[in-house]
Amino acid sequence: MQNLLAKALGRRQDSKWNVHLADYGFIAAFFVLLLIATTMTDVFFTQRNLSNLFRQIVTNGLLSFGQLIVVLSGGIDLSIGPIVALTGIMAAGLQAYMWFPFAIIVALLVGMTVGAVNGFLIARFKLQPFIVTLATMGAIRGIVYVYSETPKVPVDPAFRALLGGGFIGPLPVPALILIGFFPLVWIFLKRTTPGRSIVAIGGNEETVRLAGINVKAHIMLAYVCSGFFAGIAGVLLASRLGIAQPSVGVGYELDAIAAVVIGGGILGGGGGGAVGTMGGVLALGLIDNLLNLFNVQSYYQQIFKGLLILFAVLARRKEK
Amino acid sequence: MQMRGIRKSYDGTQALKAVDFSAAAGEVHAIVGENGAGKSTLMKILAGAIQPDAGNFILDGQPIRPRSPHHAFELGIRTVYQEFSLVSHLNVTENILLGQMPTGRLKWWVDWPRAHQRAQEIFQYLDFAGIDVRSATASLSVSHQQMVEIAKAVARQPRILILDEPSAALSREELKRLFALIQRLKRESTLILYISHRLDEVFEIADRITVLKDGETVGTVLPAETTENQLIKMMVGRPLEAIYPPRKTRPGQTLLEVDRLSQADAFADVSFSVARGEILGFFGLVGSGRSAVARCIFAAERPTSGSIQMEGRLITPRSPHDAVKAGIALLTEDRKRDGLVMSCSISDNACLATLDSISRWKFVNRGQQENAVEAKVRELSIRPARLNKRVRELSGGNQQKVVLAKWLLARAKLLILDEPTRGVDVATKVEIYHLIGKLADGGAAIILISSELPEILGMSNRMLVMRAGHVVGEFTQEQAGEEICWPVQPASILINSPRSAPAARTG
Repeated sequence: MQNLLAKALGRRQDSKWNVHLADYGFIAAFFVLLLIATTMTDVFFTQRNLSNLFRQIVTNGLLSFGQLIVVLSGGIDLSIGPIVALTGIMAAGLQAYMWFPFAIIVALLVGMTVGAVNGFLIARFKLQPFIVTLATMGAIRGIVYVYSETPKVPVDPAFRALLGGGFIGPLPVPALILIGFFPLVWIFLKRTTPGRSIVAIGGNEETVRLAGINVKAHIMLAYVCSGFFAGIAGVLLASRLGIAQPSVGVGYELDAIAAVVIGGGILGGGGGGAVGTMGGVLALGLIDNLLNLFNVQSYYQQIFKGLLILFAVLARRKEK
Repeated sequence: MQMRGIRKSYDGTQALKAVDFSAAAGEVHAIVGENGAGKSTLMKILAGAIQPDAGNFILDGQPIRPRSPHHAFELGIRTVYQEFSLVSHLNVTENILLGQMPTGRLKWWVDWPRAHQRAQEIFQYLDFAGIDVRSATASLSVSHQQMVEIAKAVARQPRILILDEPSAALSREELKRLFALIQRLKRESTLILYISHRLDEVFEIADRITVLKDGETVGTVLPAETTENQLIKMMVGRPLEAIYPPRKTRPGQTLLEVDRLSQADAFADVSFSVARGEILGFFGLVGSGRSAVARCIFAAERPTSGSIQMEGRLITPRSPHDAVKAGIALLTEDRKRDGLVMSCSISDNACLATLDSISRWKFVNRGQQENAVEAKVRELSIRPARLNKRVRELSGGNQQKVVLAKWLLARAKLLILDEPTRGVDVATKVEIYHLIGKLADGGAAIILISSELPEILGMSNRMLVMRAGHVVGEFTQEQAGEEICWPVQPASILINSPRSAPAARTG
């Protein structure tokens, strides 16, 4: 069927634009979903629901950007869930000692530091990314619980209003942040030398090393990016909820990996991009939202998501 | 440039003993020698990929020692390796300019239009037409990938250019353009080190030839003053007859008959037969479809049409499992990737195809396993003869013997050997040849796939030549001896092709 489609569309799979045929399928499926959403319910296109949808997407969207960069480098980052909790708790908790923008900056730096540690261990000692980030995932979750036993202080109202609850025009601030980062990630991966180096490392690390590029530094950079995006996600989540919960972010790393893979990412490097990942994030968010609107139990939602991931990977499977 | 007394050993085996040679700027210096003679090791030392144990390396009168590939790169040493080192999901431009993409005013900003333009200029300068610099590298044919690889090395003004078997994947036409390029680089006083086992090429392009054997330099000769036979004698160090086993039996009944076997992009209408006790040589370039044919017979891949008969009965193995049961064995081209489980022991690897026969109710009988393997280890003189030794720690030749032991234990009737002596030292090579001869004398049918012509000519009863997915010639041993003046012409039969190799898998 793919061959037929290819002939019909008059272009090969590996044409200049690198558009995979499955992408057309996904775009079509996406519009079908939207159509279903508008015709079957009248609440979908209300401002309330849309801003809800955006808010739900934001966390996973930011995490997926970071995950995408790591996956392109040939790695994986399991530690982003706990980083979300850690940075959220710091951004909220540190407000007892400093003005909230400083607390945010410290939290982001902490997120990036965790990423740097991950990257350092992976690049310097040639450890497997899965194992390293599995270890930091456990360790950081522990740190979060230890830290959260200190007394809680109410957060600055401006922190809540500005980030989590604020609107600019019809759009919630977190959604704008996500939308703002999207082109930046795309440009980083397509147009900058560090971005291209990371993409190349995922394909053939040795070749990149022989070309005189500092492979270790770029692998570290990928994990720092992931830590940074997890930090932003954590800060925004804390701001929206108003309190910092140590249990937040459990399983978020898997949603991010799912979005990257649905968007054409290949674990181990060699595929994936910002546009596809954004598509994956939107698809996952849209399905969640629709199933909510139709009052489907959350257990069924998980089944749906699992099937979606399987279908996405099957559709992109290379014919042998 | 001079190299003096270079030595290197790996895990106790001396890959290079005492290598001396010198070459001048603006020279094409060919380095020849059998597999395992140390050519590749020497080149890797030059390229900084590995460090020598001893020896001096003098460039422009200055003693240097490339510490890393990056360092060698800065010294102006560029290598085109035999294995492609391209990043397959990136486009051609990026592969060529990797690490030095043109940037805008901001130094981390990639200037794509200028990058594509630079890449196009490089191709124009090299006179390599027909490659779209924007296309993904993975979509190119093997020969085009080779040209990208060459372009990548030349794009950065080399002072020393190392070409390691550059012609293995090139058509005649492309090879001509490569030679023209080499002449041009020569005039720009680049030193070109040309490694090849095709002696006709070496005689055509080289100014001087250095012969390596068993990790030592045998000597440096001028092509005008040497004949091919003299050169071969230097490479091999003994008369050819002793290398290949004399055959005692004539081929018997036909065992395998392949009729018009085709696979979509890889090969078409391949028909041949092999008899018991016969060695059928399969000669062709990388990408000519020879390995794909083998994989189809072994059911590791599916043919699109055609039929296979074994002992007069039609068989349609659906998986390698069926093929093994039918008595077919495939020794794969890349033993590290497909032939061995590198982290497992000799014993476990040797029994991988025969687990059923040494186990009862799925429990492996260790004693039986060890007895069976031990016999083969002794028969093939695998060294060290320790059954629990991990295969990773063996030399290339002994690894290959373990693969052979696996198929001997499986008592295969048909053995397909895909490049059985690749990366094997000369002594082991001879052992393997004699073993193959013994197997054939014992009644096994053998298909020997190789890109080394002497090996094919020395071993086979009959030989097929494949080019671009088709069988283009069939010779008996006698015909080959009479009609073809070895080793020049068969290579030219192959290469005189207007078509380039198909855009398929390698091998």
